[in-house]
Amino acid sequence: MDSERETYRPQPDFGTPEVRGAATVTLNIDGREVSVAAGTTVMRAAAVSGGSIPKLCATDSVKQFGSCRLCLVEIDGMRGTPASCTTLVSEGMKVHTQTKKLEKLRRGVMELYISDHPLDCLTCSANNDCELQDQAAAVGLRDVRYGYEGANNLAQPMDVSNPYFDFDPSKCIVCSRCVRACDEVQGTLALTIEGRGFDSKVSAGLSSDSFLSSECVSCGACVQACPTATLQEKAVKEIGKPERATVTTCAYCGVGCTFRAETRGEEVVRMVPWKDGKANRGHSCVKGRFAWGYAQHQERILSPMIRASIDEPWQEVSWDEAIAHTASELKRITAKYGRNALGGITSSRCTNEETFLVQKLVRAGFGTNNVDTCARVCHSPTGYGLKTTFGTSAGTQDFDSVEDSDVILVIGANPTDGHPVFASRMKRRLRKGAKLIVIDPRRTDLVRSPHIEADYHLPLRPGTNVAVLSALAHVIVTEGLADEAFVRERCDWEEYRHWADFVSLDRNSPEFLEPVTGVPAADLRGAARLFANGGNGAIYYGLGVTEHSQGSSTVMAIANLAMATGNIGRRGVGVNPLRGQNNVQGACDMGSFPHELSGYRHVSDAGARALFEAEWGVRIDPEPGLRIPNMLDAATDGLFKAIYIQGEDILQSDPDTKHVAAGLAAMECVIVQDLFLNETANYAHVFLPGSTFLEKNGTFTNAERRIQPVRKVMEPKNGYEDWQITQLMAQAMGLDWAYTHPREIMDEIARLTPTFAGVSFARLDAEGSLQWPVNHAAPDGSPIMHVDGFVRGKGKFVVTDYVPTDERTGPRFPLLLTTGRILSHYNVGAQTRRTANVVWHPEDLLEIHPTDAENRGIKSGDWVRLASRAGETTLRVTVTDRVAPGVVYTTFHHPVTQANVITTDYSDWATNCPEYKVTAVQVTPSNGPTDWQEEYEAQAARSRRIKGHEGAMEPAE
Amino acid sequence: MSAHTLEKLIYMANQIARNVTHEPDPVAMIADHVHAFWSPRMKDDVFAALGGPEGAALDPVARAALERLAAHAD
Repeated sequence: MDSERETYRPQPDFGTPEVRGAATVTLNIDGREVSVAAGTTVMRAAAVSGGSIPKLCATDSVKQFGSCRLCLVEIDGMRGTPASCTTLVSEGMKVHTQTKKLEKLRRGVMELYISDHPLDCLTCSANNDCELQDQAAAVGLRDVRYGYEGANNLAQPMDVSNPYFDFDPSKCIVCSRCVRACDEVQGTLALTIEGRGFDSKVSAGLSSDSFLSSECVSCGACVQACPTATLQEKAVKEIGKPERATVTTCAYCGVGCTFRAETRGEEVVRMVPWKDGKANRGHSCVKGRFAWGYAQHQERILSPMIRASIDEPWQEVSWDEAIAHTASELKRITAKYGRNALGGITSSRCTNEETFLVQKLVRAGFGTNNVDTCARVCHSPTGYGLKTTFGTSAGTQDFDSVEDSDVILVIGANPTDGHPVFASRMKRRLRKGAKLIVIDPRRTDLVRSPHIEADYHLPLRPGTNVAVLSALAHVIVTEGLADEAFVRERCDWEEYRHWADFVSLDRNSPEFLEPVTGVPAADLRGAARLFANGGNGAIYYGLGVTEHSQGSSTVMAIANLAMATGNIGRRGVGVNPLRGQNNVQGACDMGSFPHELSGYRHVSDAGARALFEAEWGVRIDPEPGLRIPNMLDAATDGLFKAIYIQGEDILQSDPDTKHVAAGLAAMECVIVQDLFLNETANYAHVFLPGSTFLEKNGTFTNAERRIQPVRKVMEPKNGYEDWQITQLMAQAMGLDWAYTHPREIMDEIARLTPTFAGVSFARLDAEGSLQWPVNHAAPDGSPIMHVDGFVRGKGKFVVTDYVPTDERTGPRFPLLLTTGRILSHYNVGAQTRRTANVVWHPEDLLEIHPTDAENRGIKSGDWVRLASRAGETTLRVTVTDRVAPGVVYTTFHHPVTQANVITTDYSDWATNCPEYKVTAVQVTPSNGPTDWQEEYEAQAARSRRIKGHEGAMEPAE
Repeated sequence: MSAHTLEKLIYMANQIARNVTHEPDPVAMIADHVHAFWSPRMKDDVFAALGGPEGAALDPVARAALERLAAHAD
């Protein structure tokens, strides 16, 4: 396995996709006995058995095409010379891949290709890494008899519009691999072949389009599929061919794509999706594939810094001084205010091992359970809801499961933007015939895109998820569509009856609720019938479910629906939270919540505590600590004085910015560990420079519960991996930590966490990934959960009554604001804004319906004032009917927008996850930034001054 | 503790109450929830308000749960 850092060579290409099936076929290829799955092509059978049939138009990421005629073979008993890529194996078949006749044919084909290809191999950026070159050598081409005079395609202009790759049509052999990759792998269908015959040419959309202006989403599938230098990364042209490759895991979203980081020296040349990666199966998106330049960005802070007050400029200090100062401050504050005046926030962007150490430092070093994580503001309701109903705070399926789904219900998620690589998998299944129900206030791309159309789009009014789910359940129960046999066997029948009686009430009918939800009752009934009757039903959801005052209720309502229809415990079904950040699942697993130790064991569980107390040699507080919003409340009350924040930017990402700022300003020691001087650092007293995912070892756990290795590709520019910095702090606080490698931290996690009992770095290296639980009961991990029974025993139905949010529209604030994400940016944008991704999304825009815009005299591009009872900001608008009348929408990727100045402090009843998705607002024309924005900018600029760097480029956001 | 923080705690308790009305034993459910998820200081603060004027804003079911929990805490 090529998981370790190894000398660069391209990943093996078997020519055509793998076929899975029980039946095998045995054939003979060049005298070798070969057994493969029935349905496999001769080309693939030859490749997997060590052979190599020349090919150009075939690659194993896309279906066979049969156009290049280079892969011809001879087969006993068959006439002519069939193409091996389109010929399937059969029992007893006898194949000859190298004969005089084939050599001549192949040489003739290659001769034609080369006659219209520039012969600049020595200076070509793909030199020595080019399939055309390899195949010309393989067929023994020595001469081109046609000469190079006459008509050709060698002088076509290059398209350099895309910031990450170039398109050089002169080098194109029109094999269509890029077009097919865009169609089949990505599912965007942005590329086509225009013209015919000699004039055939790859085109991004219309002939007037460039790659940048086209519908291309820059996923890189075409670049990866290209056998020549026609579509190639600019970085390869600039830096040269990679010399080493290291398999690691992407640090963007919760899909957890694995990549080969291909490097030259200590410089990353490119990130190429790893074909053996089980989360992404060789695919990528624009963020993971291309947007890693932030790691080397000039604004990255590499020296530790301290200051006595946030009004002072930063003072660069040595690591020793920074750590000693930090420990001294923490000890002072503990002595003066008590241990509960301290706390910490772990990061869903950091590794499991780093997260585990931060919560260990807080619990064992600070002596308090005041530790929380950014999942508080995204998926804490998932943890609560799924643990209550199923017994485990995690999704039930692996991503492969979607291949067996018949009906896919997407609620409160926008996977084509937020989880693009999984969205491509989902779209592939939809193109093959699965049905689709989308429940979302916006008409997301999934509702209607090339070759995809939702059977039902239920454009609900923001804040009415529970009402819609109750109505779906009402139809399923009252029309007798529930799978009662499943429920009787797997769930508590009495609880089911209680729930079924409740949802059957008239007040939960689609007709009764239509005025509340805005969803036409007939559509809702149709969707319910489709979900219940359509075969394997799978539910995928995102933050549009959790970030509501009834986030936890919505998660439980989803679980109820899955149980009532028998859609749990096998492939193709399940409840699947699409996690936001790369390691949200892991951060939650690692005991980052104030009430839970790793593996979701409550701190009041004496048995669990005893394990940790024995291992750590300290007493663990049996009472829960403070959640993030409660820490901030306690700070403004003067009771909470110090916080250690690793890899989070709560000032930008958390709701009610003014309250967050007031809380931070009231603390005496705010320690921020990050790559950049983020917004939160404006209020920090200690800044500890962090390391990127390219500079550390560890693991991330994705939305499938898949634990995957993160491997160091280069030395940390700041001097330390993040876990080492936490260890330095712990040692300075007097703890006897002596980890020499994250593998030792994982060993400790495995010792203390039953669901991780069988996890180790050695196993991860050997197997690529493991899906927890990995323990005595499931030694090889658990791709699908609750197969024979729920983790909690019987599945629990919980009555989830619709309780309207207190955030209501009225004369002052008549519109509802909801928030979301866009493909090219990630979270608060700290990383992606420092890459060329800004060409696609340079600023946050407010989407507003044409009617609402017209009523206010607003047109696309205008500046508007967006105000709620919490605050106001300004941004520009785009007028679109993607949003319904009465609803406006924006992203929060840019700090200047300050979208969270608008959001309120309402939150989920069970977990305090903020209600980001519903804010009553007013939109009015504006001339420019608000006073608050101007003051904020001035304060941020003052706060970011560094002594000795005055006049130099400010490391500002 | 500020009035703002206490107001929020009371709001949180009332919000839990509104979301568990269909539980077989809402009082026990609320008490369990607060016990499991609130820090000692949050609990103490809201217990202290039970007898005061701010506590009047508590939903009766939430109040019953907090009173039960407060009695148990003693």
